[in-house]
Amino acid sequence: MTGQVAILGVGMHPWGKWGRNFVEYGVKAARDALTDAGVAWKDVEYVAGGDTIRNGYPGYVAGATFAQALGWTGARVASCYGACASGAQAIDMARVQILAGTCDVALVVGADTTPKGFFAPTGGGDRKQDPDWLRFRVLGATNPVYFGLYARRRMEMYGATESDFARVKVKNARHGLNNPNARYRKEVTEEEVLASPIVSDPLRLLEICATSDGGAALVLTSMEFARKHASKFVTIAGVSTVTPRFPNTVIEMPNFATDSAASVPAPDLRFRDSIAASAYAQAGIGAQDVNVAEVYDLSSALELDWYENIGLCKPGDAEKLLRDGVTTVGGRVPVNPSGGLSCFGEAIPAQAIAQVCELTWQLRGRAKGRQIEGARVGVAVNQGLFGHGSAVVVKA
Amino acid sequence: MSEKKSVPAVEGWFEMDAKSPHLLGTRCKSCGTYFFPKETTFCRNPGCEGVEFQEVPLSRTGTLWSFTSNAYAPPAPYVSPDPFVPYLIAAVELAPEKMVVLGQVTPGVAITDLHAGMTMELVLDTLFEDEENRHVVWKWKPAATA
Repeated sequence: MTGQVAILGVGMHPWGKWGRNFVEYGVKAARDALTDAGVAWKDVEYVAGGDTIRNGYPGYVAGATFAQALGWTGARVASCYGACASGAQAIDMARVQILAGTCDVALVVGADTTPKGFFAPTGGGDRKQDPDWLRFRVLGATNPVYFGLYARRRMEMYGATESDFARVKVKNARHGLNNPNARYRKEVTEEEVLASPIVSDPLRLLEICATSDGGAALVLTSMEFARKHASKFVTIAGVSTVTPRFPNTVIEMPNFATDSAASVPAPDLRFRDSIAASAYAQAGIGAQDVNVAEVYDLSSALELDWYENIGLCKPGDAEKLLRDGVTTVGGRVPVNPSGGLSCFGEAIPAQAIAQVCELTWQLRGRAKGRQIEGARVGVAVNQGLFGHGSAVVVKA
Repeated sequence: MSEKKSVPAVEGWFEMDAKSPHLLGTRCKSCGTYFFPKETTFCRNPGCEGVEFQEVPLSRTGTLWSFTSNAYAPPAPYVSPDPFVPYLIAAVELAPEKMVVLGQVTPGVAITDLHAGMTMELVLDTLFEDEENRHVVWKWKPAATA
């Protein structure tokens, strides 16, 4: 088990397509998190920023960008990028500084402003060494193409149906209805989902997450500092930032092929199964201890994969779990009570931080309109392209 | 159109042999791991320190692992005809190499023609055309049944 740090404050800027500077979203979220924590900005000793790669130089030095916008105080800064896992990496940087004793109070911030439509490769020019450029050029493989491959695999392997996938969307749309930070707050029926156009068969427009603007922030502190400042607080008990083990035999964005298992057999624990497992081990818990989960539903079908990857059920049983209502608010282990990416769309560097905001509100008993009664342990999980695993275990 | 020259859309990734094309990968001379696209410097098997590789043609047939479609024009650098023509994408498992390789599916194949486990065959086809050239790429096609 690893040491814990306290989540003293959380804050978000609502998700949407606002079209403004990402710095504004990050600062709003940071100020809210500081107010929530009862900590003054001048008392923050360390700022960890999740980078955005679509907003120029300030996006690559997000930690410094947010520190400057909040007003220079001399605080130390760091910035990091791990694709969709950037937020968890920023959380981990701050956590490790606190556990190493170099600071007591750290601020974690991620925010993004996104273009319309498909994510395209960044950087411009002909880049024939860059697999992310090549997969668009040579294959026309957008992100939803990879989601479509996983979804179809579930249908072929386990007999999952389009109706199962649509029901994930119906559930998450209902969960997000009362979430003031969600971008889409509208109930949808299974029929409406199945009437929306196919993007990457079998996935339809309403089942694929949009790209959004948004910001999220956390104030993390040492346990000692937290005890002096609050009578009750939730903690981070594990953060996983694992990479795959060779050979990774599942096709991943942005690759053309999997690793070859010709000389070394595939590991027992596959990459996506290893992500939450590492965070559970740090926290000294198992999947059976989890009361609530926020998982990365880039597509409706992908949420079902995650049920299995984080140990909520055996491979092939996710559809049953969903149909039995286990993962709906009111069920045994609600998944994506926030509404998930389905209701938010993705604001890359903010998303993993937003997941932890939701778990914090749930464990504090303050998730109005979507509260899971008595939740004590939560897990947030996601994966960034180029082999970034991310999971955070939060405890009451 | 017939006067246009056929050029590979990406250099060195496959043989320009219209009848019996192969993807070109490499194989580590120390541990035998295959790589596609080619690895030519340091072996990526963490238990192997190999630095020498042999260029090898990969299997021309494999079994379908999964498949999907793309119904909307991807952003650049994909070169889309106007109007955009949707296509299918297949993930095909090569048995000797123990790896899965993606590719577009040849035009004319319907998604209902595909199911996991069926045998797929590698062919060459046009990816896009410009003024002078026909840019060719590998694609997967359901294998002709014997």
